[in-house]
Amino acid sequence: MADKTKFELVAPERLLASLDVDMVVVPGTEGDFGVMAGHAPVISTLRIGTIDVWNGGAITDRIFVAGGFAEASAERVTVLADEATRIADIDKTAVTKEIEGLRGKLGAATEDGERRSIAARIEIASAKLAAA
Amino acid sequence: MATLKALRMRIASVKSTQKITSAMKMVAAAKLRRAQEQAEAARPYALRMGRMLGSLAGSMTAGAGAPKLLAGTGADKVHLLVVATSDRGLCGGFNSTIVRLVRSDIRKLQAEGKTVKLLCVGRKGREQLRRDYANLIVGSIDELNRKRLSFADATRVSDKVLAMFDANEFDVCAFYYARFKSAISQIPTRLQLVPFVPSEAPANDTGASYEYEPEEGEILAALLPRNLAVQIYGGLLENGASEQGARMSAMDSATRNAGDMIKKLTLNYNRSRQASITKELIEIISGAEAV
Repeated sequence: MADKTKFELVAPERLLASLDVDMVVVPGTEGDFGVMAGHAPVISTLRIGTIDVWNGGAITDRIFVAGGFAEASAERVTVLADEATRIADIDKTAVTKEIEGLRGKLGAATEDGERRSIAARIEIASAKLAAA
Repeated sequence: MATLKALRMRIASVKSTQKITSAMKMVAAAKLRRAQEQAEAARPYALRMGRMLGSLAGSMTAGAGAPKLLAGTGADKVHLLVVATSDRGLCGGFNSTIVRLVRSDIRKLQAEGKTVKLLCVGRKGREQLRRDYANLIVGSIDELNRKRLSFADATRVSDKVLAMFDANEFDVCAFYYARFKSAISQIPTRLQLVPFVPSEAPANDTGASYEYEPEEGEILAALLPRNLAVQIYGGLLENGASEQGARMSAMDSATRNAGDMIKKLTLNYNRSRQASITKELIEIISGAEAV
């Protein structure tokens, strides 16, 4: 297939990836969707999940994202991720430790808002662990 | 005329001050480079976020259904000014120029009969504003991560702003910071956060209408608070770079001043040393002649 689409992944602190790919599968809030060149323009929110980058009929890159936004148009896909890590780079022991630490904090937290934000972080970390 | 010993001591003390200021200049230069890199790295996200919001806001007519963060509360009574300054001093007029802009805006707003609230980010600005406007300060945040400002630090600020907005505590919110132009020039800038002002950049080049998943309203509701955090983050990064730039040039001129002072003092010292030698010689010679 000749047509490639430009895939850009940006986190608030830096540009993580900018490459030409055959297809990207993005975890949208209302279901995963694949984007190839010539896709109809779409803006979608993302849930916690994994972005698959396809090249030549195989997955070449898998990236974990903790929610965000995606914008697809005929010539490019832009993903604004809240937090993004390559699956290959996830350090399982570190994430496990992080979850344990957060669980401890959750027990100690008294305020509702604080509990909610810690619970959300545990959810993200667990999903990260599951994806690795 | 100061004694020789006193002069020697002054020279030594100015020299050690010069050493400190020149070291601080080096440190500021290194930090400036890092801050600039960071600001550079954060730009793509803000750019794309702006583009996405621009196309969304364009399609979403600012009608009744638009979220409040986009359309405003409809009133223009209470203004919240978020003032970003540094936590540390010794950076020339950096904090003062920001505070001056804020002061003049406060006066203008108050003259129009509006209520002003202040949220101070950074210790130095709070100290300066507390003198005249202590009763306007509704909150302050400092001790942001000094080494490396992270996005989480910016969300601390934006969460506070959003919580206040949800509690209907203000109608208009503006962010004050110093825009980094160059190491010797920083421009105090006002950036309106609420209601949202779309950037002048063309919304989308294709002119195609987007499909939204989920609905526009829901995406906007998620995107707008996020955008607020991104704008604050960008502003704080610029501010950080400006602070280092201001400190660098302030320390540079302090080092130069110290150099001038040392020159002057050394000249003085040598003159009085020579004078005393001459005096002693004359005494010896006239003593010898008298014999």
